[in-house]
Amino acid sequence: MKFDARGLIRWETAVTALLVLVFVGGAGVSPDFANGDNLSFALGDLSEIALIALPMTLLVVCGQVDLSVASVLGLCSALTGWLWNAGWAIETIIPLVLVVGVVCGLINGLLVTRLGLPSLAVTIGTMTLYRGLAYVVLGTEAIAQFPQRYTDLATTSVPGTPIPYPIALFALLAIVTAVVLHATGLGRSLFAIGSQEDAAYFAGIRVKRIKLVLFVVSGVVAGFAGIVFTLRYGSARADNGLGLELTVIAAVLLGGIDFDGGKGTLGGVIAAVLLIGLLRNLLMLNDVSTEIQSIVTGLLLIVSVLTPRLIAVVRESRAKGGGARPASPAPAASS
Amino acid sequence: MTVLAETPTKPPSGPPSTGNGRLVDLVLRARELSIAGALVVLVVATTIANPRFLSAQGVEDIFLNASILALLAVGQTMVVVTRNIDLSVGSVVGLVAFVTGKFAAGTDRNVLLVILLGLLIGALCGLVNGLLVSFCRVPALVVTLGTLYVIQGIDHYVAHGEQISASDLPSSVLALGNDALLGIPYLPIITVVVMLGIGFYLRSYSSGREFYAIGSNPEAARLAGVPIRRRVLSAYLVSGVLAGLAGVLWLARFGTVVADAANGWELKVVSAVVVGGVAIVGGVGTVYGAALGALLLTTIGSVLVVLKVNPFWQDAITGVLLLLAISVDRLLALRVTRTLKAKSRSRRGRRRANGNGNGNGAGDAAGGGPAATAAATAKEEGNARDEV
Repeated sequence: MKFDARGLIRWETAVTALLVLVFVGGAGVSPDFANGDNLSFALGDLSEIALIALPMTLLVVCGQVDLSVASVLGLCSALTGWLWNAGWAIETIIPLVLVVGVVCGLINGLLVTRLGLPSLAVTIGTMTLYRGLAYVVLGTEAIAQFPQRYTDLATTSVPGTPIPYPIALFALLAIVTAVVLHATGLGRSLFAIGSQEDAAYFAGIRVKRIKLVLFVVSGVVAGFAGIVFTLRYGSARADNGLGLELTVIAAVLLGGIDFDGGKGTLGGVIAAVLLIGLLRNLLMLNDVSTEIQSIVTGLLLIVSVLTPRLIAVVRESRAKGGGARPASPAPAASS
Repeated sequence: MTVLAETPTKPPSGPPSTGNGRLVDLVLRARELSIAGALVVLVVATTIANPRFLSAQGVEDIFLNASILALLAVGQTMVVVTRNIDLSVGSVVGLVAFVTGKFAAGTDRNVLLVILLGLLIGALCGLVNGLLVSFCRVPALVVTLGTLYVIQGIDHYVAHGEQISASDLPSSVLALGNDALLGIPYLPIITVVVMLGIGFYLRSYSSGREFYAIGSNPEAARLAGVPIRRRVLSAYLVSGVLAGLAGVLWLARFGTVVADAANGWELKVVSAVVVGGVAIVGGVGTVYGAALGALLLTTIGSVLVVLKVNPFWQDAITGVLLLLAISVDRLLALRVTRTLKAKSRSRRGRRRANGNGNGNGAGDAAGGGPAATAAATAKEEGNARDEV
């Protein structure tokens, strides 16, 4: 679909333009908005969403989805607190908790690949299961009093820059992910699986293995995000990150990754994550109530999936010179 | 795939093999039976452990609590069968419960007016979802997530931190939630009537069967002339209207309503539907199974309380049940498909021996059984791509 990029503004460009617009507008509206401290805070606030958005992008490109990420985050947060309370050292806790993240991802991946179950159904199930386990581990109590040198890691910035450590790590991971997705054969395979799974399989791509690895990566990143979340807020709770998966999916879709798989770029997702962060920050600075924020998020989600569709419908009717027919979504070429 | 090499001839015209239909029917019915069985085992075991579990009050509470969930599950089934999903139902229940509560509080309004208002709000929400999904062809999961946020926001905005309390409500509204007809409370009666009505429609009307056709194979349904948009829109409308009704019943049953009433219920509803044997990829399942699923989940909750199990286990158990349900469904579908394939192979073999080659292997299988057979056949083939 070469003419996608031609004649029409690319989706990623539109999101980036919107990002700049919000930034400039925000700086005009709120005097406190565009200073280093506030931006650093706004970035830090995105830590977990940004980290989890990377593997989620790969999954959605592949035509899969993982709704259990926020529950894995909660479970790993609860475990971090519980182990810390039991007198373990943070250095021991981190690898243990990451292993739990791997196991969570493995369960998702095995159910999807071995039994051929739809990932939506599987991860709705594991989302409930992992969140339940988080409550089993910690109940409704909160564990605090983590040592300062660890919480500082999650809250302070890289010396000389306004970039918090978790975001610096995200930047590194984002570069790796972008290279993998857009410059390697593996990335090409992901697009192939997303646009036509059977064809990819018959072309010799190891569909099941790739899916399994993606779910494991998603699990381990969500587990790591659980540790970051715990240290950033200095509090481990079973309901940490409740509903976060929706924000992540909103960011991925807003970034122009097609929910049917096989389309999109990581750059768009990164722009979308930043856009959501800035919007949230702006709304917060201007004391906009949480209910309005919820409405804004919802509308953003709907608009982000609606706009490309409408563009497609308009283009279709132009090409055909007639009304839009209820065509099946055409699989996009991954070029 | 040697079959492809042969010249296809017309499939033999004969009575469709009832064996296939029977097998599939049995598997599908076995689903409702197995949930009912699980329910019985659960209730018996709990009663042995604690005889007070089966007191009249205990049973009534379970049914009352299950009624609202089952009502939502019935509406959700309409949507899920068409290979869509409606995540906004929980927020609709919350919004309707609050708005109708505010509408009725401090007045002696007729309860029918209150119900009507609830149905209207629900229908409006369903209409928005339905239009977005069916006419704009955007993924249902994303749209209904979006509307969930929006409706929740509106709910909180309207509520402004207030709450409705039972003492403000007219007695006619509270009577709806707590009185009984011939000793049976209204709530389960309403739910059962709705369930039977929708169940009958989906099973016995050709337009009802079309819902299954859409979920089973949208492309084939389109080519067969099924009005997909209209059906999907009406599925969302029904789901919305039932969520509205559930909201009024919520108000009538609990009397006290805070802004985040029914928060997070969408996942409970989807869980009930999936446990009840409605395939999330569409085309398979009944409203009866979904209602039984709701009853099972509610009963588990009560059992945990009675057995003094840490209530924190409830979510984990629900999650395991969900995973079990979808895994068992999948394995059964695979088995059915294998059996059908083996049958058609052996038939083909016989025909070949009689000297008339027939390249219509799956055609035999899918032609005979109900829509579900085609669904089961389509679902195997290793083609487990999510189309949400």
